[in-house]
Amino acid sequence: MAVSVVESVIAVRELRTQFGATVIHDRLDLDIQRGEIVALVGGSGSGKTTLLRAIIMLLQPVAGSIHLFGQEIVGIGQSAAFRLRRRFGMLFQQGALFSSLTVRENVGIPLREHTRLPARRIVEIADLKIALAGLPADAGDKLPRQLSGGMLKRAALARALALDPALLFLDEPTAGLDPVSAGAFDELVVQLKHSLGLTVVMVTHDLDTLWSATDRVAFLGEQRVIGYASMRELTQAEHPLIRAYFEGPRGRAAREQVCTAK
Amino acid sequence: MNPPTAAVIRHESGVWRCEGDWTLDGVEALDRQRPNIHWPVSGEVRLDGSGIRAIDTTGALELLSFIAELEKVSHPVQLIGLHEQHQALLDLVCERLALAGSVTAPPPSLNRLERLGQWVVFHTVHVADFMAFIGEATVALGRLALQPGRFRWRALLGNLETAGVNALPIIALLAFMMGIVIAYQGGQQLKTYGANIFIVELVSLTMLRELAPLITAIIVAGRTGSAYTAQIGTMQVTEEVDALRTIGIPPMDLLVLPKLLALIIALPLLTVFADVLSVFGGMVMARALLEVSFSDFLDRFPQVVTPISFLLGVGKAPVFAAIIALVGCYQGFQVRGGADSVGRQTTVSVVQSIFLVIAADALFSVALGGVGLWR
Repeated sequence: MAVSVVESVIAVRELRTQFGATVIHDRLDLDIQRGEIVALVGGSGSGKTTLLRAIIMLLQPVAGSIHLFGQEIVGIGQSAAFRLRRRFGMLFQQGALFSSLTVRENVGIPLREHTRLPARRIVEIADLKIALAGLPADAGDKLPRQLSGGMLKRAALARALALDPALLFLDEPTAGLDPVSAGAFDELVVQLKHSLGLTVVMVTHDLDTLWSATDRVAFLGEQRVIGYASMRELTQAEHPLIRAYFEGPRGRAAREQVCTAK
Repeated sequence: MNPPTAAVIRHESGVWRCEGDWTLDGVEALDRQRPNIHWPVSGEVRLDGSGIRAIDTTGALELLSFIAELEKVSHPVQLIGLHEQHQALLDLVCERLALAGSVTAPPPSLNRLERLGQWVVFHTVHVADFMAFIGEATVALGRLALQPGRFRWRALLGNLETAGVNALPIIALLAFMMGIVIAYQGGQQLKTYGANIFIVELVSLTMLRELAPLITAIIVAGRTGSAYTAQIGTMQVTEEVDALRTIGIPPMDLLVLPKLLALIIALPLLTVFADVLSVFGGMVMARALLEVSFSDFLDRFPQVVTPISFLLGVGKAPVFAAIIALVGCYQGFQVRGGADSVGRQTTVSVVQSIFLVIAADALFSVALGGVGLWR
């Protein structure tokens, strides 16, 4: 890839991660450009979530380098990491909303922690984010346990968007949602990308999401990225792992749906 | 990436120019300066957005709140020159803002009488619930007696190890130290009367009848009762309890009975262990402080300590065990929601089980005194 390390929002080079003796990634390279929606796919255990966790500084890789907004994050200092954390949002798989706080307080936490805005303003911004994420007006006062699965994902998205990040990470955003909610969530992500100029990195197994929402898809396998292209090109790839992934009945059905729709 | 420049509004030849980064970083300072901006007294205000370098939702919110503020004091506002992209974002925020909720007023706080009433009802319901839980556990025990083959031996053994064997070191240490403390404090008094040898009665009877069972129960309540609550509570949060029910395993059988029986077996044994160690602690202190040798101590011991004293102490242990296990498990099942609830119920569990253990101990003292079992 001819992209320089500085221009990409995320540039991963020669990454190696392992748990004990189990190697998850070995010499993995990946570049993500500003304004792209990139999905990480691969079979179970191929290290998608691990890669995500390494990029958001929850996990120290064994070797290699990761540049986030042009800044090296392997071995980064605490205060530099704190400043970087302000610039991205993360949506965890189970939402990870703080159970003792209301949705509004959950969304307000990053703002309280990273800015010196008055409390009144933080509440206003939080309410706006809750509405941006597509939640009804009365959701702000609710506790996470009072929300349904789809609403929980949206509330978590509102928290991830709290600081107006330039970069958004989504871990299985549509898993466990009904098809209508999942479709609406995909649309929301695409809409936010266009209006806020977001770069989005997501881990997903949802073939509909892959077809409708992504610009490029990185296929993880054999401890590396073995395919990185648009969905249309990736499904033409020759690699046996990629073929096996997309040539199943579900994969074919999703593609036919897209082709007939066009 | 250029460092953010602050968002500004300045008045220039009849137009209010908005400039800089209208982003979260940029508008922080502007937000604080709001009262210092002097809008004209009347007439139309023209806002020129062409100088805005970047805008995000927070900046859009800020801009919209300026417009709303002006329109409230009846200034017509005209927004001109905004970049197409910025306008799109502003429209999105405007549209979503119309749907946004706001803080609803908290329900009016209750007066004292209402609060007292709620408190009484809450606790009455809980006592009734706990009684029902004890009833359920008893029924499950009865069922088990009829079909002993269904008992989960593996769970029982596991619980015996964690609640019993693993507690040995901490109980040994604390019982030994309790023996030392009692012998030291009592020994000082006995010495002034030259009644050194009575240290045997003092240490043995206090320890065997009261302190060893109590201290063991309190340690186990803090150590094991809390673990029971946290474990069952977390399983409740992750729906594992519901999963057990679905598979057809009554949670009572798998989660409560093995714990209950394991503790009923382990606590008396731990109490005997604590008896031995605490008396040993007393012996060490007696020799060091009161010149009562080990052999003098052990000669007198069987003369003054009746088997009844020993059995009364150990006999209380199964009751304490039942209290700890039942309270621990019951509070675990009371967990609703998430992490904060697990913490709350665990605290409640430890406080309640220690309280009930001491209350039961007081009851034992009075009742046994009443039937003449002082010695």
